[in-house]
Amino acid sequence: MSETGIGAALLRKEDRRFITGKGKYVDDINRPGQAYAYIVRSPEAHASIGGIDASEALEAPGVIAVLTGADMAEDGVGGLPAGWGILFQDGSPMIEPPHPPLVADRVRHVGDQVAVVIAETKAQAKAAAALVDVDYQPLPAIAGLTQASADSAALVWDEAPGNICYDWGLGDEAATNAAFEGAAHVVTLDLVNNRLIPNAIEPRAAIGDYDATDDSYTLYTTTQNPHVIRLLMGAFVLGLPEHKLRVVAPDVGGGFGSKIFHYAEEAIMTWASKRLQRPVKWTAERSESFMSDAHGRDHITHAELALDADGKFVGLRVNTAANLGAYISTFGAAVPTYLYATLFSGCYTTPAIFVNVKAYFTNTVPVDAYRGAGRPEAAFVVERLVHKAAVQLGMDQVELRRKNFIQPDQFPYQTPVALEYDVGDYDGTLDVALELADYDGFGTRREEAAARGKLRGIGLSTFVEACGIAPSAVAGALGARAGLFEVGHVRVHPTGSITVFTGSHSHGQGHETTFAQLVSDRFGVPPDQVEVVHGDTAQVAFGMGTYGSRSLAVGGSAIHMAMEKIIEKGTKIAAHLMEAAVEDVVFDKGNFTVAGTDKSKALGEVAFAAYVPHNYPEDLEPGLDETAFYDPKNFTFPAGAHIVEVEIDPDTGVIELCGVSCADDVGRIINPMIVEGQMHGGLAQGIGQALLESCVYDDSGQLITGSYMNYTMPRAADLPFFKTGHHITDCTHNPLGVKGVGEVGSIGVPPAVINAIVDALSAAGVEHIDMPATPERVWSALQDAKA
Amino acid sequence: MPTVSLTVNGRTVEGEAEGRTLLVDFIRETLDLTGTHVGCDTSQCGACVVHVAGVSVKSCTMLAVEADSAELTTVEGLASNGTLHPMQTAFHQHHGLQCGYCTPGMMMSGIDLVSRNADPSEHEVREWLEGNLCRCTGYHNIVKAVQAAAAEMGG
Repeated sequence: MSETGIGAALLRKEDRRFITGKGKYVDDINRPGQAYAYIVRSPEAHASIGGIDASEALEAPGVIAVLTGADMAEDGVGGLPAGWGILFQDGSPMIEPPHPPLVADRVRHVGDQVAVVIAETKAQAKAAAALVDVDYQPLPAIAGLTQASADSAALVWDEAPGNICYDWGLGDEAATNAAFEGAAHVVTLDLVNNRLIPNAIEPRAAIGDYDATDDSYTLYTTTQNPHVIRLLMGAFVLGLPEHKLRVVAPDVGGGFGSKIFHYAEEAIMTWASKRLQRPVKWTAERSESFMSDAHGRDHITHAELALDADGKFVGLRVNTAANLGAYISTFGAAVPTYLYATLFSGCYTTPAIFVNVKAYFTNTVPVDAYRGAGRPEAAFVVERLVHKAAVQLGMDQVELRRKNFIQPDQFPYQTPVALEYDVGDYDGTLDVALELADYDGFGTRREEAAARGKLRGIGLSTFVEACGIAPSAVAGALGARAGLFEVGHVRVHPTGSITVFTGSHSHGQGHETTFAQLVSDRFGVPPDQVEVVHGDTAQVAFGMGTYGSRSLAVGGSAIHMAMEKIIEKGTKIAAHLMEAAVEDVVFDKGNFTVAGTDKSKALGEVAFAAYVPHNYPEDLEPGLDETAFYDPKNFTFPAGAHIVEVEIDPDTGVIELCGVSCADDVGRIINPMIVEGQMHGGLAQGIGQALLESCVYDDSGQLITGSYMNYTMPRAADLPFFKTGHHITDCTHNPLGVKGVGEVGSIGVPPAVINAIVDALSAAGVEHIDMPATPERVWSALQDAKA
Repeated sequence: MPTVSLTVNGRTVEGEAEGRTLLVDFIRETLDLTGTHVGCDTSQCGACVVHVAGVSVKSCTMLAVEADSAELTTVEGLASNGTLHPMQTAFHQHHGLQCGYCTPGMMMSGIDLVSRNADPSEHEVREWLEGNLCRCTGYHNIVKAVQAAAAEMGG
């Protein structure tokens, strides 16, 4: 291993600008002549709009324009598209209502965009927005899943009877039912997967900048995937061709999924900048983020696990109601289906699985991918069921898992829910976690805690996720409306320095370092000789962006493929320069060498020859600049074993996190420091879901948790240091052997936390507790069990 | 409009501010020091922490006019002559940042902690940072960085 290549804990190249205050986020950008926008949002969960009177706002100081949905309709602006189509079980398409950037007739959630006020200053725009008089005529609101599915429920969309967007299934229902009929044991569980608000610390922002000289547009936006925004907004909303629309995503302050989607404000600013012939800037206030960033999770599930007399899983049946919110967000329809139900095999050999998902419209903010996206919801169901089964059957929770693990010699393993896992070693991963957690010493610690009057519990989660999204043809067959490849472009400059252009986007992941390490490793150059460019459609040829832990597995592989093209061409040039046969030239660590001789040409020399082709192969193009489109052959399947230990004060319900130990198989590791950082962040979000966070609407659809005053974000004192370890099996189908690490923490740890709490409370008779397991819930569960 | 005159990172500056202008907006918009960030509107997130007279302050909780005549330090003023402050070095070396958005506020807050408590325990660092939200790091490496910086700063 080199000190700067694959496997090195190289300090991050990008840090310098962030620690000196020189990062460039969208709100740090100001365009000459820029005006400021403020969005008028609905305070009603569901209402008809009788009219919009902007006359007073238009008189207010500094106001340039007040624009509404009617103005957009006049200009032929389209709706925000859904990026994935799902079918009902009978094959009919999901109900797909319109999703206008500015609503003209009927608002459907608190925060829905009704108008935009544009003024000379931000303060003027905000003050004038309060003067826009919207005549809201309230309608009955559907505040959540329980209301949505009630018999006499009001309709969010008239075209969606029962508020159902789709009623979808995956797996063999008849075989699963048969497995249950012959089962020795059946374990059932009803649970809620709590609704979350992603809360990247940088609020969303967008600047539309129209240039009349060539009728072109630039959009600066806080997105994880600038090319996807260009495609969706250009093709579906504003009707702008790619060559006239540049999308720039500079430094972005965290995404966690919430900045994947094409949001209304991006289209509004781009459109308004042409109408006004001025750049228009919008930056969300945090209160707006709470009511306009897509939310995550929000399921109600009934699940059953069938086991034979020996404890082997023989069948799994799951019925889930999923909340989509008021509109179908970009990937909203895919999350509770193909990113959820496909994961129900977990790391087990369960032979028969059937999952039914009913997705509902409600008068709430749209729900879409949030770190893990569907996979945390699946892991939570499976791992809670496994824990409950161990208790019910009186089996050890470790042994029950081991008994049902897919064994290393069973790969490739075809699950009953569409996926084919390529590789894994679940016993090996679990062994590392048990060691990290000192699992064998738990009994002593429990006794010691009991002597102090505390209830101590330990919980496990052994899980698989599907990352590296995604093989385009597979995704397309399942309803994706886009390709999911990635683009890598490697330019070796005449003097041998290197620029890498990637369609992936870093908003904290450290791509500028990790990708430079790939180049350093393959080309044998120091990382500071490599510049990584991302986040600008004018610079990067194409890309599908960063989500689903795909950047390294898909984006990194694309860079690898481009480097291989460079080497292939460089070999021809070097062979010519050294008067050798092409097949005799080998490339290693920056040098082309004639095998068995001391003749060698450095990459820099070959690059120079490529740009100054005086002595150069005939029939070979000059230049050393290659692009690769990499479409993965399969998903990748990171897996892990997470173990959480808690101690509960039975008098108060207060939970102390005593240990969080995680062993993950994320595939080959390029930068262990960055990998651990990703694990830490995912764990914090997973623990946040399990113990602290919950988005709450009241029965009228008002958002109760609308700020950091009442939505509980994990803070430093809520979390311990984490113990992390690895047990690696290399991915078999991408050239780097990598799987992905961004989401393992948020997927794996929530069930481990809840299993630990239930373990602590099981002697008192508690069988389940919903997330977030607040002290109040824990205390109440103990009181209920006593009663 | 009132004129606000103050010392920022050792330089005397002045600018006009409306009565309602928050100090953080004055720093970002008028002084063009965009290293200080805005992450919320309820004084919860701490992305806007600066030093006023050497003490950490959420600059969204002050009006610009209140800072008249004050001595202000922002993240841009931490490094001197190209040499990083030990807190900056520690955040880099301990991977205490990912997206970088909360980082300036975290560092400014951490420096104030170390000025009051030269050798803070893990618990003391975590309690002190209750007013600074990070969504990327799980705080693990931030706590390590602050402790390492404290050691370097002579604790």
